[in-house]
Amino acid sequence: MIATAPPLALQAPQLMTTPPLLTMTGVSRRYGDVVALRDVSATVYPGEVLGIVGESGSGKSTLLRMMNLEDMPDAGDYRLALPDLPGNLFDLDRFARRMLCATRIGIVYQNPHLGLLMKHTSSGNVAERLLIAGERSFAALRGRAREALDASEFPLDRMDARPLELSGGMQQRVQLAKAIALEPVLLLLDEPTTGLDVSVQALVLDTLKRLQRDRAMTIVIVSHDLGVIRTMADRVMVMRRGRVVEQGLADQIFQDPQHDYTQQLVHAKL
Amino acid sequence: MTIATLTKPWEAMSYGFLDASAKRELRRKMLKAIAVPGCQMPYASREVPMARGWGTGGLQVTLTLLRPSSVVKVIDQGADDSVNAASIRSFLSKVSGARETWDTLEATIIQSRHRIPEERLRADQVLVLQVPNPEPLRPVEPNMSVARQMHADADYGRLWLILYEQIVRSGRVMQGAAYPSLVNGRHVMTPSPIPRWDVPKLHMAQHLTFLSAGREKRLYAVPPFTRVEPLVFSDVPFQVEDHAALTCHRSGLTGYFMNEIPQGGGGSQFELSDSNLGIKAIRQAEGAEARVGSTWYENGKMPQ
Amino acid sequence: MIPVLEVQDLAKHFQMHHLGQKLHAFDSINFTLQAGEFLLLRGPNGVGKSTLLRTLYRSYLPRAGHIWYHTTEGRIDLATAADVDIALLRRREIGFVTQFLIARPRVAAEDIVAEPLRRAGMPAHEALGEARRWLAEFGVKRDLWRAYPTTFSGGEQQKVNLARALILPQRLLLLDEPTASLDAGARAALIRRLADLKAAGVAMIGVFHHPGDVAGLIDRKIELTAQEVSEDVAV
Repeated sequence: MIATAPPLALQAPQLMTTPPLLTMTGVSRRYGDVVALRDVSATVYPGEVLGIVGESGSGKSTLLRMMNLEDMPDAGDYRLALPDLPGNLFDLDRFARRMLCATRIGIVYQNPHLGLLMKHTSSGNVAERLLIAGERSFAALRGRAREALDASEFPLDRMDARPLELSGGMQQRVQLAKAIALEPVLLLLDEPTTGLDVSVQALVLDTLKRLQRDRAMTIVIVSHDLGVIRTMADRVMVMRRGRVVEQGLADQIFQDPQHDYTQQLVHAKL
Repeated sequence: MTIATLTKPWEAMSYGFLDASAKRELRRKMLKAIAVPGCQMPYASREVPMARGWGTGGLQVTLTLLRPSSVVKVIDQGADDSVNAASIRSFLSKVSGARETWDTLEATIIQSRHRIPEERLRADQVLVLQVPNPEPLRPVEPNMSVARQMHADADYGRLWLILYEQIVRSGRVMQGAAYPSLVNGRHVMTPSPIPRWDVPKLHMAQHLTFLSAGREKRLYAVPPFTRVEPLVFSDVPFQVEDHAALTCHRSGLTGYFMNEIPQGGGGSQFELSDSNLGIKAIRQAEGAEARVGSTWYENGKMPQ
Repeated sequence: MIPVLEVQDLAKHFQMHHLGQKLHAFDSINFTLQAGEFLLLRGPNGVGKSTLLRTLYRSYLPRAGHIWYHTTEGRIDLATAADVDIALLRRREIGFVTQFLIARPRVAAEDIVAEPLRRAGMPAHEALGEARRWLAEFGVKRDLWRAYPTTFSGGEQQKVNLARALILPQRLLLLDEPTASLDAGARAALIRRLADLKAAGVAMIGVFHHPGDVAGLIDRKIELTAQEVSEDVAV
C-alpha cells in the first residue's frame, strides 16, 4: 500500500446556512481490548441521507447505535438540532434518552426481532410508539397506525397480523412504519435490506427512497452493501477499524475514491 | 435474681404469630407502600402455617395490623363461609384475640380474595387484598428487572397495547379481573383479581387498602382518597360487568355483582357475590334486626 | 462583468493504490466562462473532456487549482467547497446532463422529470404539468409518461433524462454528450431548449460527439491535448 497523497482540503460550508441536524464529535468506544470507534465525527444536514459503509467490525453499526443512544461512548459529543435539547445528548439521563429515542428518532434494524414485538399485531407495534408519545384515543391510534403502514407500503389487509407470520420484507415495512409513525427528525437504518431477497430488497429500498423524497427525511443508513448506499445516500462515510477513512459526495466516493481501502471496496463491487 | 425473673415466660408463639422483627419489617414496607401509592414494595415473605398461593401475603399484612380490639372479616370471592375464609379467620382470631365477624360494617380489618364488599368502607376500616400476581407488566414483559425499569419510567404503553389488540380482535376490551389501573397518576397496579365492578370502589375511597402477594413477596397500597383510574382509551369508556339489572334469586336484591348459577334447563340464576349482604337482606325481610350500610353502587350505578 | 466560472491551474490525476501508480488526466487548465456563454470542449478520445466536466461537477476531486464559481453571495471555490455546499449548488444552480439515465425502479417518467421542480418547492400538480410539457417537447409518447423508464429503450431513457436535467433553469450547465443516441426530433428539441437557456443567461460547457449539432450555439472552444490545454480558440 502506498501512502495516500492528501487531496485538497475541503473548506467549511459557506452556502449551506442551515445548521446541521446531527453533529457528532470525537466519539470513541472500547469494548475491553477491542476499539470499536476511534475519534469519529459526523455531520448530517436536514433532509440529507448519509450513508455509512464498511466491512463487519468497522464500527459502522456501533456508531448508528450511538446515534440511537443505545450505547454510550467513552468520550464524545452528540447533538441534534432540537431547541428543547441543546446539550450533549450523551449526558441525558436514561429516561430522557428513552423519550428522545421513542419520539424523535426512528430506527429500522436488520434483525426485526430487535425492533418489533413479534407476538403483537403489526398495527399494534406501530400504535405502541404513539402510545409512548401519549396518544390515548383508540380511533386515532388505529388511524395513525394505518397511515404509517400505508406510507411504508404495507398491505393494509394484513395490518393486524403478527410480524411472526409475515415475510422478511413485510417485517421491515412494519419496522419502518413504526419508525416513521411519530415523524421523527432523524431516521436510522441499520442494514435495512440485508438478508432480503434481491427483488424484495429493491422494493423496500424503493419505499425508503420514496418516503425520503416525499417527507424530506434526514436519514443515516448503514450498510456493507455499496449498491444500497449508492441508491440511498447523498453523502458517504467510509469506515474501517473504528475510523472514518474517507467521506464525500456519494458520486465522488463511487467514481473517484481516494483512499486505498475505499478503492478496494468500490472495485470489489463494480 | 434469676434468669426466670429477667425473661418472659415461654410462649408457643409471638403475639399475632409473626415475630416482632418480621412485623417490624412489614410495618416499614407498609408505610413505604402508603408513601408511594401503587408502587410495589419487596418484603421478606415469612413462613405462615398455610401454603403459598392461598393468601399468605394478605395474611402477613393482616397479622401485622391486628390487635386484641380488632374485629376481623375474611371473605373468599365474596363469601365468609368458604373453608379457606373460615380457616384464615379463625387462625387470625386465635393468634391475636381479635373478634370474628361476617358483617362488613362491624369489621375493622377485612382480608379478601377477589372481591371488595358492596357496602361502603369507612375511614376506620382497612381492606387487605390477597394478590396472586402483583406485576401488571408480566403479560407484556417477562423479565421482571426490565418491568421494574418500566415502572420507574412510567413506560406503560404496552398495557394500552394489550387493550388496543383486544378491541381490534374482539371489538371491545376483554380484560375482566385484575384490570390494570393507574394509582395517584403515577404507578400502574393490578388491583388483584377483583372484577371490573369493584375497581371504581378503590377510587378516592375513604378506607386504606393493602394488596399483598406472599409468594411474589411484594406489597403495595392504595391510601385513602387516592385516585385509582383504570387504563382506558379516551374514546372507549371503562365499563363494569353488566350486572346492574340482575336480581339475586335468594335475597331479591338487584344492582350488585352476582354469581351466575347455571340451571338444568340451560338458563341461569343469580345470587349475590357478597354473601353477607344477601344474608342481611334476607334477615331484614324476615323482620329480624340487621343493619345494611350504604353501598357503593346505587340502583346498579356507581355515583360519579 | 463578473464571470460565472473562473478555472485556474486545474489539475487532476487518479491515484490507483492497487496498481501503485498515478493516472494522469490533465494539468493547468485555465479558462473563464461568462453568463450566457457556450463553451465547447474538444480533443481526441480519452484526452479527459468528460473527466474535466466531472471534475467541475466535483464527481472527481481536483488535485490542484481553483474552480471559482460566482454566486449571488460571493465566489466559492468548487475545488475545495464543502460537500454540502456542492450538493446545494447541484440542487439549485449547477446541472449535469449525461447520456446515461440512472432510472430508479417504480418511479414513473413524469415523476422523475418533475423531481427537480418538487425539490425547488413547486406544488405537486404544477410540477407534474410542467414535467409532462417537457416530456412532450422531447417527444416521449404520452402513454409512456406514467410508465417506469427502467423498461425504456436507450433513446427514450435519454429523452426522460434530458427533460429532467433541463426542466429547471440553472446558472451553469455541464453537458456530457447529451445528443448521443437521440433521434432527430429530440435533438432538435434539445437544441431549442439549450438556445432558450443560453438566451436566458445560462452558462454552458459541453462535450459533443458531433459538435455540428450545436454549431449555432458555440461561442468558444477549448482544445484539450494529451498533456495540457491549449489557448482558447475563438470561433
